[in-house]
Amino acid sequence: MGARRSLGGLMIYEVFRQDRKGQPFEHAGSVVAPDAEFAEAWAREQYGRRGESVALWLVPRDAVHVVADWADEFDLKYRRVDGYSIKARLKEARERAGTAGAG
Amino acid sequence: MSEQVLLGLADDELVLGWRDSEWTGIAPMLEEDVAFSSIAQNEIGHARAVYELLSDDADVLAFDRAPEEYVCAPLVQLHLLDWGRTIARRWLYEVADEIRITALMEEVPLAAKINREEAYHRMHAEMWRERLAETPQFRAAVDELWPYALGVLPPEQRAELASRAGRDEVAAVERGANDAAFTELHAEMTMVRRSAPAGAQW
Repeated sequence: MGARRSLGGLMIYEVFRQDRKGQPFEHAGSVVAPDAEFAEAWAREQYGRRGESVALWLVPRDAVHVVADWADEFDLKYRRVDGYSIKARLKEARERAGTAGAG
Repeated sequence: MSEQVLLGLADDELVLGWRDSEWTGIAPMLEEDVAFSSIAQNEIGHARAVYELLSDDADVLAFDRAPEEYVCAPLVQLHLLDWGRTIARRWLYEVADEIRITALMEEVPLAAKINREEAYHRMHAEMWRERLAETPQFRAAVDELWPYALGVLPPEQRAELASRAGRDEVAAVERGANDAAFTELHAEMTMVRRSAPAGAQW
């Protein structure tokens, strides 16, 4: 990260924008600026000039703690509902309970 | 409020919008390119709003007059090919424009509306001025453009401009003398409009 952000004293600011009050902020893009003041002026024009944002968050990329490495040794899909079929088990259970076909 | 004052304001905003748009695609940094072009468009939007106070058809005022009928200040007409000079003009213009706009606000509600948007233009201009203030190019540009900046305002508002800019009042470059560079700009900017038959709908 350090090497990427020092472009002649320029910093990358990640820009998050909010559509309407109460809505979540969503990542909109970034601006490259020498300081927060330039970042604000540029982000206003790039992410707000059409009235599309009620608020912006500008976050120096340096301040973002990135998590991007995962161990997946045991194929974690069994933890997801879409990775685990219960159809056959459900049928068996219904037969045992004598309610097959009822649902 | 005299119509001539409002027409001067609208023509200044239009022509500065035209001139600053010349940086679209070639500003020194990509982010600034977008921002500067957006600000230029805002100025054209202000011009349109003021023309609409004066006429039912803003386009007629913006495009159908002869070059000598525009009453814009010479400051906004200058064809500046240098970023330092462009920023110096932007900054001087914003300082002058704030004095003029705030003086109009009581009588012209639209001026208050324009003023709220100009606040961000001032922020942008001031931030650049702070960054370039100590460079010889910028200082030379402000020296060169100062008499033009005074010409944006009527004589009674010039002392205020001098005080805000921290400079002495000198002889101003007055409105009313549109030069060849303006005629050339006008020809280019009205080309599309003139290419269509009168009364064409867009």
